[in-house]
Amino acid sequence: MKHFFQALSLPVKSRAYPFNAPDGKVANLFRPDRKFHRDEEESELVVRDLNVYIKEQHILKEINLAIPDKKITCIVGPSGCGKSTLLKTFNRLIDSVEGARVSGKVLLNGTDIVSSSGPEIIHLRREMGLISQKPCPLPMSIFDNIAYGCRIHGIRNRKKLRLVVRHYLEAAGLWEEVQDRLNTPAIRLSIGQQQRLCLARSLAVEPRFILADEATSALDPISSKTIEELFVKLKQNYSIVMVTHTLRQALRIADNVIFMYLGEVIESGPAERVFNRPEHKLTRKYLSGVFS
Amino acid sequence: MMTIRVLKDKTAGGIMFFLTLSSMLLVVIMGIGLFLKSAPVFEEHSLGELLFSSSWKPMRGEFGFLPFIMGTIWVTVIAVVMAVPVSLLTAIYLTEYARPVVRKYVFPALDILAGLPSVIYGVWGTLLIVPFISGWLAPRFVDFSTGYTMLAGGIVLGVMILPLLVSLFIELITSVPEELREASISLGATRWQTTKAVVVRAVLPGLVAAVVLAVSRALGETIAVLMVCGNLPEIPGSLFDACYPIPALIANNYGEMLSLPLYEAALMFAALILFIVVLLFNLVSRVVLYRIEKTFS
Ligand SMILES: Nc1ncnc2c1ncn2[C@@H]1O[C@H](COP(=O)(O)OP(=O)(O)OP(=O)(O)O)[C@@H](O)[C@H]1O
Ligand SMILES: [Mg+2]
Repeated sequence: MKHFFQALSLPVKSRAYPFNAPDGKVANLFRPDRKFHRDEEESELVVRDLNVYIKEQHILKEINLAIPDKKITCIVGPSGCGKSTLLKTFNRLIDSVEGARVSGKVLLNGTDIVSSSGPEIIHLRREMGLISQKPCPLPMSIFDNIAYGCRIHGIRNRKKLRLVVRHYLEAAGLWEEVQDRLNTPAIRLSIGQQQRLCLARSLAVEPRFILADEATSALDPISSKTIEELFVKLKQNYSIVMVTHTLRQALRIADNVIFMYLGEVIESGPAERVFNRPEHKLTRKYLSGVFS
Repeated sequence: MMTIRVLKDKTAGGIMFFLTLSSMLLVVIMGIGLFLKSAPVFEEHSLGELLFSSSWKPMRGEFGFLPFIMGTIWVTVIAVVMAVPVSLLTAIYLTEYARPVVRKYVFPALDILAGLPSVIYGVWGTLLIVPFISGWLAPRFVDFSTGYTMLAGGIVLGVMILPLLVSLFIELITSVPEELREASISLGATRWQTTKAVVVRAVLPGLVAAVVLAVSRALGETIAVLMVCGNLPEIPGSLFDACYPIPALIANNYGEMLSLPLYEAALMFAALILFIVVLLFNLVSRVVLYRIEKTFS
């Protein structure tokens, strides 16, 4: 992680935004409202009896989960089983799905996400950085895409924005490719580049949770590896929930695995156990590749 | 079989090319026709005199078009300045904020408004706007006004293009993919921030094109404006003066007084001016649009 920040710590001498905490821990780039030692804060996500209906269709059924802090949790399961819907419930994006109804509880540090309202939701969405399945650059330049998150939260200082943009583009492994065309429209990037751009954009608002919905689906093996390595580094500071269809990927980086099937959580637990000694026969079938 | 299909394809292509070409030719022919018809007035007067003199005395053979040009431009500007913000906010409200029920009732109402003949807007302006201006608004600013003013023309015209603009804007805004909004909202943006920075920005070229369409319509609108704006061939000094846009001039006078020397040619010249103004406006906006598209996509 450290080398990401070294480049940044040079030009900034100000004490207000220390990029490197004394012990080498990563500080927040622009959120002075947060302490930079985040170890004290355990932000566990607990899901209790969650049910989601979309237009009277039962999409998520009786979900009970605990997603630990500073770990990578992979959600696997066949297409259409409700993985994206689950992530959308976590950041309340489900609100914009027409006809969606949610019951049950999703507790973030004891606060219920499902029943929160008004400005709480805005705050919450910032904490739960969702990277959607389909990369979706905003209709503006590459620079503005990354800076957008900072701007909407009131950071306008050009110099600080430049640092943030560079930092997160580097983190997502995109800086080298785009550094000379930061002011060109982001839509011109390739799909894989767009995916990394969206990752960088989500990281730039400094969430606590990263909810990545197939964040590497359009990437070649090497870029995927870069992202995987990034996630492994990021888990010191963030909790990462990622949906993946690549079991190998889950095997490589997951601490915990959740297996879903037709809207239900069939099995969840430490990756090592789920992969090596699956308890449920559906899990065994899935892992052996009976259904993709 | 193969040859017949190819032949059909070629004929279809040929016919469509021919039709496109002829509609384009029609524009050129109209332009040339207007020019030829207005030629006599050029022979007597210089172009500068015609365009920049404000003395309009057909009886004495003085044809200064400046009052009409100014009238046309001002009425259009007033209409667009009033209609664009209102219709943009309305469209945003209806697409981004309103519940589906509201949309269900407002959309048909807008279509009806857009389809009303312009004479009805004219009557409405005469009955409501003109007395409102003469009785209430104008006395606060000037000593006297009949109410038949440039402002009345602008308001009526603005109201007329409003439904057109709202429907065009709604069409554009609903074409923005939902994912784009979700991406912005996921970063913690409010709905207003999302609308402003993402939705409107995504359709900006379209918005400009819609405004261009509305302006073209406003420039050429005749009846409704003619009924409320007073029709005095003088350069309007304030919002509460009468004005005389070019379409009104032509509609009011064509077929009358044609016995006056050069009068017909002068009216044809007025039509030519309007023609060129609309043409130029469209060309300029094409360039603007091209620039915007280049920076956004
Ligand atoms: N807006 C919606 N309206 C109706 N049904 C929906 C909507 N969104 C999702 N669904 C349904 O919810 C179920 C779960 O969808 P979801 O997108 O969560 O699946 P997924 O596990 O992410 O699949 P994939 O791996 O293909 O992305 C599907 O059956 C889908 O048809
Ligand atoms: Mg999905």
